[in-house]
Amino acid sequence: MSDQSAAVADEDERIKEVSNLRKAMIRPELGSICGTILVFVFFLLVARDSGMFAADGILNWGIVSAQFAIIAVGACLLMIAGEFDLSVGSMIGFSGIVIALMSVTWGFPMWVAIITAFTVAMAIGWLNGYLVIKTGLPSFIVTLAFLYILRGLTIFAATAATNKTIIGGVREVAKGDWLAAVFGGKIFAGLFVWLAELGVVETFVAGTRKGQPVIDGIPMLIVWALGLIIFAHIVLTRTQFGNWIYASGGDAQAARYTGVPVNRVKIMMFVFTAFCATVFATCQVMEFGSAAADRGLLKEFEAIISVVIGGALLTGGYGSVIGAALGALIFGVVQQGLFFAGVESSLFRVFLGAILLLAVILNTYIRRMITGEK
Amino acid sequence: MSEPIIQMKNIEKHFGSVIALNGVSLDVLPGECHCLLGDNGAGKSTFIKTMSGVHRATRGEIFFEGKPLDFARPRDAIAAGIATVYQDLAMIPLMSVSRNFFMGNEPLKKVAGISFFDHDHANEVTVQEMKSMGINLRGPDQAVGTLSGGERQTVAIARAVYFGAKILILDEPTSALGVRQTSNVLATVDRVRNKGIAVVFITHNVRHALAVGDRFTVLNRGKTLGTANRGEITPEELQDLMAGGQQLATLEGSLGGTV
Ligand SMILES: Nc1ncnc2c1ncn2[C@@H]1O[C@H](COP(=O)(O)OP(=O)(O)O)[C@@H](O)[C@H]1O
Ligand SMILES: [Mg+2]
Repeated sequence: MSDQSAAVADEDERIKEVSNLRKAMIRPELGSICGTILVFVFFLLVARDSGMFAADGILNWGIVSAQFAIIAVGACLLMIAGEFDLSVGSMIGFSGIVIALMSVTWGFPMWVAIITAFTVAMAIGWLNGYLVIKTGLPSFIVTLAFLYILRGLTIFAATAATNKTIIGGVREVAKGDWLAAVFGGKIFAGLFVWLAELGVVETFVAGTRKGQPVIDGIPMLIVWALGLIIFAHIVLTRTQFGNWIYASGGDAQAARYTGVPVNRVKIMMFVFTAFCATVFATCQVMEFGSAAADRGLLKEFEAIISVVIGGALLTGGYGSVIGAALGALIFGVVQQGLFFAGVESSLFRVFLGAILLLAVILNTYIRRMITGEK
Repeated sequence: MSEPIIQMKNIEKHFGSVIALNGVSLDVLPGECHCLLGDNGAGKSTFIKTMSGVHRATRGEIFFEGKPLDFARPRDAIAAGIATVYQDLAMIPLMSVSRNFFMGNEPLKKVAGISFFDHDHANEVTVQEMKSMGINLRGPDQAVGTLSGGERQTVAIARAVYFGAKILILDEPTSALGVRQTSNVLATVDRVRNKGIAVVFITHNVRHALAVGDRFTVLNRGKTLGTANRGEITPEELQDLMAGGQQLATLEGSLGGTV
């Protein structure tokens, strides 16, 4: 008897050893963690003297990464729930034009324009989800239709109302508006003045802003990105709803049998994706001081690629918000890093295609390890 | 003898012009293992789906604990204590055992007024319940995809039992399993019955049925030919009934008492 139990204990220990190794291996974020390290090492070697890692350089690729991250978070939860949204880019253009038309052209207060844009965009997100659920068509097709419909409507609305596809003058209308500041403002300005006095951050040496620090605060865009990443990560891993997201994408029928409201979960994820796209659009409109009907082109694919680099499976049910955020960081660092390093920018697309392929192959391999498929 | 938990009387189910069930009657007693036998396409799955709220019967009556009953949705049946392990198990291979175990019934804990998934509790219960079914998990975060077919079946059964099933319906739990895994699942069925839970065990394998069954009902082309008690029927007779009851005449003796 005692012999037997010792043998069982032995066996358990052996299994555990294997499992720890595998556990470390089969995390969705694994690829993106390695990728992030590689990318930073590479640019530290290649572009250290270019100013890429000075305060204003960091802010530069930080902002670009944050933009990718905001739409990647939405795409990530949606992909884990088993669906895609190809209309994200068109949604960005659409929301921006709604804000500019309402505020600049029609004279509504900026906060009314922003709230309207969010409401309309999220309603369209809901419609995307509703059509996918009701028709049973792949979300690929339904949202591809909206990619065209929204882009066309945006260009039509802008030209019909103003005879132009670019509407400027947003900054003047936004001045002093409380909600505009939530998307276009900066925080911790005082901190950077202090850091500049300490000599940690450089100051302008000439021009109208002579003596001021080169960074005058953290843009709200970055705050939104970090906030959305933390929020989505907690929802996905720490809540009941998060379990439902995994279940809906893992096997919708199995989830339904156990009482998971799959349709509601999927539709809510379409709405959340639309919300993220509108956050992106609003920040961008505030930053540029204008809206353009062609903004956001190809953004849906950049979001999806970030998510896939982050380890999510295109087939749903598996993935990580932290991974997607790292995917967005890799994206931003490489895009801006090539610029700092003086490399021809068209090579960025070559890099994108290559890394996408690599990530998908790695993810497929990880999936086999988890499910034991051959 | 105790009252049946559920009585199904003359259940008919038509899918358009297809008559899947044509008057099937069956009752389930507390703590028994009731085997439902029949060839492929006999209507076994359709029958238990009317029991678990997936289908509504076209005709016929259902009494649950003596009261007439009409489940509109699977959730109603689950709430009443009828748990079903379907042929496809309703398990998600990419998710951990513990996430699967509590899928749709996640335990919650409040932190600062917000409800969070109580992973510690879920993990603890999962490991403990699986142990009581004779399976030592590597860990609660092990993906279901890494379990064998028999182990998955057992997770699904343990889940149903944990959430308070009075009747556990198992749709062909052994049909895709090897010898050893089959005997594990049959042992699990026995454990569940010993807890006082009624089991409806669907199979087309007479030996599996005889290994655990207390009573046996045979379905053939959407009809029942009657219910036999353990010891009153031989494997050969069950086999013949499943094949269409050509030798029905010779069986009247053994079935007569219970029909
Ligand atoms: N949803 C459905 N629609 C139409 N016909 C069905 C449906 N479900 C089952 N059937 C038919 O009912 C019959 C019984 O099927 P089923 O209950 O799955 O048999 P078993 O589980 O005994 O193998 C089969 O002929 C099958 O084709
Ligand atoms: Mg069947």
